[in-house]
Formats: sequence, structure tokens, C-alpha cells
Amino acid sequence: MTTTTQPVRAPSSDKPKKPRRDGFWPWLFVAPLGIGIAVFYLWPIVQTAWFSLTEFGVFGGTTFTGLSNYQELFSNGDLYKAIGNTLLYTAIVLLNVPIAVVVASLLNTPGLRGASVYRVLYFLPYVAMPTAVAMVWRIIFNGDFGVLNRVLGWFGIDGPYWISTPGAAIVAVSVVGLWSSIGFSVIVLGAGLKQIPPELYEAAELDGASRWRQFRSITVPLLTPSIAFLSVVTVIAGFQLFDMLYAVLGTTNMNATVFDSMSLVYLFYQAGFVTNDKGLAAAVAMVVLVLVAVATAIQFRLQKKWVHVD
Amino acid sequence: MNNFSRRSLLLGTLGAMTALAACGGGSDSSAEGSEYTEPAADLKAQLTYSVWDQTQVAALEQNIAAFNEKYPGIEVAISVTPFAQYWTKLQTQATSDTLPDLFWMNGPNFQLYAANQKIDPITGPVEAGAITPANYPAALTSLYSLDGVQFGVPKDMDTIGVWVNKAVFEQAGVDVPGEDWTWDEFQSVAQQISQKLQSQGIYGGAGGMDGQTTYYNTIFEAGGEVIADGKSGYHSPQGQEGIGFWADLIASGGSPSIAQLTDTTADQWFTSGKLGMYWGGSWFRAALAGTDIESDIVVLPLPKGTQQATVIHGVANMVAANSANKQAAHALQAFLAGEQAQQQLGEAGSVIPAYTGTQTAFAESMPEANLQVFLDAVEYAKPLPVSANTTAWNELEVKYLPDAFSGTKPVAEVTQELATQMDAALTKE
Repeated sequence: MTTTTQPVRAPSSDKPKKPRRDGFWPWLFVAPLGIGIAVFYLWPIVQTAWFSLTEFGVFGGTTFTGLSNYQELFSNGDLYKAIGNTLLYTAIVLLNVPIAVVVASLLNTPGLRGASVYRVLYFLPYVAMPTAVAMVWRIIFNGDFGVLNRVLGWFGIDGPYWISTPGAAIVAVSVVGLWSSIGFSVIVLGAGLKQIPPELYEAAELDGASRWRQFRSITVPLLTPSIAFLSVVTVIAGFQLFDMLYAVLGTTNMNATVFDSMSLVYLFYQAGFVTNDKGLAAAVAMVVLVLVAVATAIQFRLQKKWVHVD
Repeated sequence: MNNFSRRSLLLGTLGAMTALAACGGGSDSSAEGSEYTEPAADLKAQLTYSVWDQTQVAALEQNIAAFNEKYPGIEVAISVTPFAQYWTKLQTQATSDTLPDLFWMNGPNFQLYAANQKIDPITGPVEAGAITPANYPAALTSLYSLDGVQFGVPKDMDTIGVWVNKAVFEQAGVDVPGEDWTWDEFQSVAQQISQKLQSQGIYGGAGGMDGQTTYYNTIFEAGGEVIADGKSGYHSPQGQEGIGFWADLIASGGSPSIAQLTDTTADQWFTSGKLGMYWGGSWFRAALAGTDIESDIVVLPLPKGTQQATVIHGVANMVAANSANKQAAHALQAFLAGEQAQQQLGEAGSVIPAYTGTQTAFAESMPEANLQVFLDAVEYAKPLPVSANTTAWNELEVKYLPDAFSGTKPVAEVTQELATQMDAALTKE
């Protein structure tokens, strides 16, 4: 495609243009957004960076302590465990993207009856109240009386106590995360599918391409921008895992397994609001910031290699 | 972005950071609290009152209705936040000095808020004769004083007893033990019930990760301390004996495993009729009211170890130091602590009021169950162990103890680890 239809660039003017001076008007127009970002994002980041270098009183008041919070954080095994759990969760939830690609293209089958009903069904978990969803899953996961273990029992599998066995708990939470994120991906990919010109499929059919071949050679490559978007969003959301973990597993007072299943943000919550070590919590927040930035940078770099852009 | 604005941004950031650094250090407001005189009957004010227990709201609304007969112009809005989120919320409110005018406080969190000048002491109301601390159990009143300043009096009190479901005993063909029972009797009865009713998934006893209703009691009964002179009491023979009690109960099959108890907590096992004996607080009365098993309930004192003991605790109403209506808030605080309101609270039956002489209504609220046990227990009760940052070592308890209870590690090894970590947390305070 690239060989024939290269658009001709408009000829550039001979002299390099002088940067135009627009005065304050552009700044005025970006101000609503700019001020919002500065007040609610940039300024808190600066504050948190400073707090991470201090010992922070329970109700405010700081004492500068240099890098001691970071020292404590990096010498303490909790951080690495939290990173591991967060990565595991993110990896499992990322599976929603390939699943959603398949589901979305099935929903897009021409002549499918009740497609909108299916679309609603897939989207429901995404709009349902997360806490209510978590409560229901808690009951499903219950080791003695839960539906899941009952069903596994029919196949002779003795299911663990999902939310109170170290190792199983984080997988259980990830499954809930995966389940609730598929709907959103299906909608995004569905919109992406609508953008693919039907002529491509018609042409492929004339050339004798099978449905599978069409899926592999047309659908997937042309969906890559949506897929890339979804994976970036999923990774960022994965690094921010807290609510699902908190709602499904409960607090450490209720469930000691939480110590083994902590995510980075849970570690932050624990330090900040439970053990009242807010300086350490700020250090955790900085680590999360750096990790998300690095992960996103890597993704953008890699995307240049596989994302199809017209 | 041009050079100028980039530089000014940097400068601004630096300036802000210096300003922040200068903000350190708390204010030293006096701990004496405000002067108090009883407000005029036509005082107009709006108060918020934060609590965490939904089951007590009905009784509190009665209290407030009675209060409004005296002060019709003071509007009180009750705000209920579940216990797990209550403290996160309260901490945020305290940091921004937006605490509700009146709020519930418990022992483990009290010292933190009092030491940071977040609570207005009751020195004024006591001097004015609106509150008399001598009317409440001394062990409890002392829980809410710091460095000789009294910040509140308990509104209620609770002790721990064993809630027994007689129907389960009957089903298992086991006799309900007498009131003077021992640890050995408890263990053997729990084991017998669990064995006989195994096919129905019913257990005799249950441990759990809540110290106040379980292992604090057994440590006290073994003659030990959870915390004494700023040191952990876990790694002592008595501490180990108190922890071992629950490890033994789970190992013998007398209790569901820790994993099972995490999925379904001991009180849930009990209210669904799948547990014979539940170590629980007197507050559990409210959760039983209206359930199918209510008529099968009887209460026993805790089985005796080396000595008889139980944990006593009570919630207190505190006035926020940042309250704009301190006079009205103290008036409500004093009213809720007074005999009339306490009597009402007792008659509602959800908790035991702390005011001496108002407790009989609680005992009579469930006549068949012998709730008197909880009142008699005051005699040998020990205050809930607390320190300046209680939650920090409470976290360590729930982190280390499950290994001892489940038998994955020997008790002595766990108490050693726990005591070392806990001592480190205590020196930080």
C-alpha cells in the first residue's frame, strides 16, 4: 500500500518561518486544563517527592531525613514482593486484550442476531459498582461454601481457599480484574473494527482468503492502534491496583494473606494510613511513578515496531 | 516553552518546597481545652456526630431526640462510616482540621489524637460539673486520659465472654459446661462437638485474628501481658501459653482453620448456626437480635486459665479541637454521658452503657441468655492493651501470628519474631 499512494507533501516555503508571537491568547486557552493539571497532578507530585525525603507526622509536620525512607524501602522485602504481585496482576489482566479482540470480531460478524445484547452483557461488568462486584466474587471464592469450589468439585478438583491462601489470592484478584476489564476493551475494539473498510474483506474473499486468514491479515493488523492503546491503559491501571485487592481480600486485620498479596499501591496505603509512616508511603508512591513511566516509555518504544499506522 | 517561563517554573517549585519545609512542626495549643458553661436553651448550632456502628444508630437517635427536648436549636447529624474505613477518614479529617464536632474514639487510637492536640479535653465540662468521671469504671476512664488530662469518658463498655449455641450442644449430645469451667474443659468440649458434627460442617470452637476477643484474653488468663512498660509481652512463657491455646484448638480440629476463618469469620460461623461456642464481646448481642438462633443463646464467662481475666474496652465521645461549636458539642457530649442518655442506651440493648447503675437494662434485654456474665466480668477485667501508635504493632500481630495458629511455625519462634519487631515499633513511638 505504501508504494503507490504516498501523499505529496505541500512544498515548504523557502525561508524557515519565524516563530509567530501569539501573545498570551494560547496560554489563556490552555489555562483551564493547565491549571487543573498543575494543581491536581504536578504540584502533588512535587509535594510527594519532598515528603518522601522526610519523616512525616501522622497529622502533618515534616522532618527532613534524606534518603532514609528509600533505604528502608529497598532493604525491606515487601517492596519486591509488591512489585512481583503487581506485575503478575498486570500480566493476567493484559490477557483481556487478546480475548477482547476475538470477542469483538465475533460480535462484528455480519448478520449476527442480538449483537447489541451481547455487547451489553460484556460491558455490564465494567459499569457495575466495583465494590458490589467484589462482594459477589468474595462469596463465589469462599472456600467452604463458594460456587467456584463446588463447581470444581464436580470435576474432582479440590479448590483452595482462594482469598486466604498466599499465591492463590493474587490470582483470584487478577481473575476478577480480567473479567471486569474485558467489556471496556470489547467496546474500544468494536469501534476500531468499524473503521476497517469492508472492501478489504471483500477483496480478500475474492482472492480466496479463509476467515482465519482474514482475521490474521486484516483484522489484527488494522486493530493494532486500538490494541496498543488498550495495553498502555491496562498496564497503567495494573500498576495502580488497589481497590479490587482491598475489596476482594479485605484489610490485613481481616485477612493475613493480604501481606503476601500486596500490590504497590496497597503497600502505599498500608504505610500511609495503617502504620502511619507517611514518609515511607511517599517513597512508595515515587517508586510507582518511576515504574509506570518506565513501563509506558518501553511500550511506546516497542509500539513503533508493531503498530500499524496509515 | 520559552526560557523565561521555564526558569520561573523552577524558581516557583523551589520556593514552594522551601515554604513547605518551613511548615514543619505542630502548633502548641494548650492542652487545657476551652472554658465551658452550660449553653442557653435557645442556642442554635449544627453538629456532626461520627460513629462506626450502624446497629447503635437507633439508640443514638433516641438520645439525640431527648437532647433536642432540652436544646431544640441544636441540630445533630449522625454520620456512619464502617469501622474499617472510619480511621482512614478520621485521620484525613484530623490532618486538614475538619474533624466532625463530636466523634467516637477507641482506646487504640486515642493517644495518637490526644498527643497531637486534635481533641478538646473535658477539663471545662468537668469543672462545670457537667461530667463526673467517677461515675464510670475507673479502668476505662483511665484509658482516655493522657498526661493527667482527661479527654472524654466512656459512653459504653464491653467485656468478652463465650456465646454458646445450645442447639448445637444438643445436636452433638454434649452438656453445656458450668460457669466455673477451665481451658481444658473448653478444649475437650470444642473437640467433641467438632468430631460428632463433622459431617454437617459444624465446629465446637473458633479462633481468629482478632486479639481483643481471643488471644489477648488467653494471654491475660495465662498471667501474661501483651504490652508492659513499653515492651512486648509476647515472648514470655505466659505469652506463648496464651497463643498456644489457639494453636492447640486449631490443631485438634476443635476450630476451623485460619484460612476457613478468613473466608467466613467466627461470628458468621456462629450466626449461621455452624459454631457451638464463640468468644465474643458483649456488643455481639446486637448482631444476634432477630436471628433464628436468638432463643438458643446462653453466655458463659471465659474458661479459666492460670487466672480469670477478660479484656475490657469502651468507646468514648470526643469533641474535636477544630470544632466551630465547641460549647454545643460539649453539651451533647455531656448529655450522652449523663444518666438519662445512658439509661436509654442500655435499654436499647445493643451495648452496655458505662455509667454505673444503668447497666441492668442491658442484662435484662435478653433474659434467657444470662448477659449478667459481661457485667460481672468487670471485676477481673483488664484494659485493652494500647500505646501511642497501637495500629503499628497491631499490624505485626496479624502479620506474624497466623503462622503460629496454623502450626506452620512453632509458637516460640513466632513470638520471638513478633516481640523483636514489636519492640522496634514501640521504640519508634
